[in-house]
Amino acid sequence: MADSPMAVEQHNPALQHHFADMEQQRQASSLGMWLFLATEIMFFGGMFCAYLIYRYWYYPEFAAGSNSLDITLGTVNTAVLICSSLTVVLAVHAAQLGKRQAQVIYLALTLVLGLAFLGVKGIEWTSKFKEHHIPGPSFHFEGAVPGHPDEPVDQRHAQIFFSLYFAMTGMHALHMVIGVGVFSYLLYYAWKGRYTPDYHTPLENSGLYWHFVDIIWIYLFPLLYLIDRKK
Amino acid sequence: MSEYIVSVKTNVAVWLTLLVLTGVTAGIAFIDLGPFNTIVALVIATFKALLVTLIFMHVKYASERLVKVVVISALFFLLLLLGLSLADYTTRLL
Repeated sequence: MADSPMAVEQHNPALQHHFADMEQQRQASSLGMWLFLATEIMFFGGMFCAYLIYRYWYYPEFAAGSNSLDITLGTVNTAVLICSSLTVVLAVHAAQLGKRQAQVIYLALTLVLGLAFLGVKGIEWTSKFKEHHIPGPSFHFEGAVPGHPDEPVDQRHAQIFFSLYFAMTGMHALHMVIGVGVFSYLLYYAWKGRYTPDYHTPLENSGLYWHFVDIIWIYLFPLLYLIDRKK
Repeated sequence: MSEYIVSVKTNVAVWLTLLVLTGVTAGIAFIDLGPFNTIVALVIATFKALLVTLIFMHVKYASERLVKVVVISALFFLLLLLGLSLADYTTRLL
């Protein structure tokens, strides 16, 4: 190829040979990312479906379990994730305008917020562990159904609430851990100056992933933390 | 590049709206609205998810129709999964 006259023509080094131009390459990547997110929607959808059915069947235990979660930490974590979505958007914006330093700062902030979220989640899980709320042989739930403090709570039904709580927040946290890994990679290459206004597809697509994980939490927060909170 | 650039002002406005709505969701949970507690919480969550998808994820500005087709069909199949499953389980006479 080096001898052909075509090679003299300037083209972006990030352009893969099987695409006609950068725009086509960007659109193909973006479509691929959205298809991946569609499979992710179905993946989480299965758990949301299980949640809805069991919540319909065992509402009193779901309400009792939900009331035992720390609403302050849950709200703070929702805010932390929303802030991280903003920093992701601003990092992509900085890449679109070719501002390398701003890109690096916003990506670093995203990482800090992502780790803060995981830290808070760790605190919550630790206290659940100490309270014996982890499903298994030593599971014991002494919480009461809201409005019926004297009624005993069915331990098996309560265990289903906590199984779903750990499965859903656990899968969400795993996605966050992967996100932190991906954004560390992005931070390194943004610092190296790889992402320019012409080519920042990795940043854009990872941003889509991050926002998707944020949306999952936007639904998990009211569904898990806010069942029957009224006095 | 036909890629759309969303202004910082719009992004910050969306971010503030999302934060306020998070506070509203948590606050409303303590007010007794009967069965509407869950409905209000889910309506707010869906509005937040829409804001994130349309503005932060640039779906509103996407020039490619295929992206919109993928998003809408993913939601369609999700609703099919949830809707038909619940139509079964909530109407069983045990």
